[in-house]
Amino acid sequence: MTESLFARPRIRISGDRAFLVEYGDAIDERINEKVRAMTELLRKASPEGVDLILPAYRSIGIMYDPLKTSHHKICAILNDLEAHMGEMVIPEPRTVDIPVCYGGQYGPDIEFVAAHNHLSVDEVIRIHTAGPYRIYTIGFAPGFFYLGGLDPQLHTPRMETPRTMVPAGSVGIAETQTGAYPLDSPGGWRVIGRTPIKLFDAGRKDPFLYQAGDSIRFKAISPEEYERMAKGENI
Amino acid sequence: MTEMFLVHSPGPYTTVQDNGRFGYVHMGVPVSGALDEFAYTCANLLVGNTENRPALEITFTGPHLEAMGDADIALTGADMDFTINGEAAGQWRTIRVKQGDSLHINPAHTGCRSYLAVTGGILVPEVMGSCSTYVSGKIGGISGRAIRTDDMLARGEGEPLKKSRQMPWFPLYAPDIHVRAVPGPQEEYFRQGMDIFFSEPYTVTDKANRMGYRLEGPEVFREAGAPQSIISEPSIHGNVQVPPDGRPIVLMAEQTVGGYAKIATVITPDLFRIAQARPGDRIRFHRVTLEEAHGMYNQWVTCKKDIHHFLQTEINS
Repeated sequence: MTESLFARPRIRISGDRAFLVEYGDAIDERINEKVRAMTELLRKASPEGVDLILPAYRSIGIMYDPLKTSHHKICAILNDLEAHMGEMVIPEPRTVDIPVCYGGQYGPDIEFVAAHNHLSVDEVIRIHTAGPYRIYTIGFAPGFFYLGGLDPQLHTPRMETPRTMVPAGSVGIAETQTGAYPLDSPGGWRVIGRTPIKLFDAGRKDPFLYQAGDSIRFKAISPEEYERMAKGENI
Repeated sequence: MTEMFLVHSPGPYTTVQDNGRFGYVHMGVPVSGALDEFAYTCANLLVGNTENRPALEITFTGPHLEAMGDADIALTGADMDFTINGEAAGQWRTIRVKQGDSLHINPAHTGCRSYLAVTGGILVPEVMGSCSTYVSGKIGGISGRAIRTDDMLARGEGEPLKKSRQMPWFPLYAPDIHVRAVPGPQEEYFRQGMDIFFSEPYTVTDKANRMGYRLEGPEVFREAGAPQSIISEPSIHGNVQVPPDGRPIVLMAEQTVGGYAKIATVITPDLFRIAQARPGDRIRFHRVTLEEAHGMYNQWVTCKKDIHHFLQTEINS
């Protein structure tokens, strides 16, 4: 799975104050490790004129002030930092448990996912909670994680007609991906359960519970536990 | 806290915006902020605020507001027939309002968004480092939403100006819009499509909001063999993405990650022209190199500094 890691990063210009640095052309743990390591090194180095550092699956987006620096200068710094990759100790990724009440009113599509894959509902839950799933990147909506590693036994097509409203906390499957909705939003994922915890809460000291590079493990809970946790909301 | 405006009617989409929320883009929280950063900044300078005080961003047509106290205000951006107590009030200049004044901001003749700044700025709590309203995320501004009838808007601390200020010039917004763009990030997906994109006009559809502007026009072809989508990557205000249907979408301020290939990126000094584009307007994209774009960026920053300086000197009375 490592043949797609580039020998030298590829630079893509994204307008007059941003560019992308690509480290490979696949969704792959090793490429993502490199993205994470270079993001950490660049954040520590905090070069003059760099405004934002945005890690994704296989690339880093860098926004800069063209009056203070240039993409050539930043690329030279990245090149120097590569030499320090070996010395760099990447913090061990955390595993964050997300409690999920599967099926019933919280997971209206779990029977569909089971039938589509010739499984029982209990098997769907068992496979989905096996995890853990790596967070490759966060984006699209606050706290929306893109996870790797959904078991092929659970791959299920999106809904033909998306729902106009999927409640916040819903956990679903779309094709080869699994994920969760941090906010109420329209969407076409097959919803198999819901978490009572708030994935994004601007009022909380830390609005987010995880970051890119961490892993997510889904833990099955009963409807009673769901109700209790939804009321208490202490995490 | 000083009560400033009582909202009698809100307009279709009026939100509190500042220059954006930059700390959490890597967590999926978009920058947001005033789409037309130039008009927003001028509005603040015209009332003597530091450049970044929350103002109202008004879309297509404006609210009806009642002044609850005395202060300076300025309305910039789209040309919106602004009246106070029924009298034409003018834009791009300082106006003193008094308690009880009735402000009407009417449908735009040209442009799409106007900015109403007030002495001290609109007072709302800062959320995650910014006062900008991000409606889909329900954060910032007034309870994370557009303003409503009966909202009471407060203003921050600040003294009215001794002399009123007026812009030496201001942009005019026309239905034929020209913007400059740098090819990329995925220029090699679109060799033939690139020539079409940079030679034909594209019409703004009614699917145009703070997330993005869908355009209609000649199909932008992808090269044979170029994939329909890419591995999701960070997106930037001004990126022009092309989904499989070949109809370009200009990404705006409420977008963080995207999985469609991007043919080009509108340069920073021209982003306000997109922000002021209305459905039915035609946009022509002109190709520039990154080096040319940086020269233009430099001129743009100089021009903004000149305006800043001009508005703060005594000559301008």
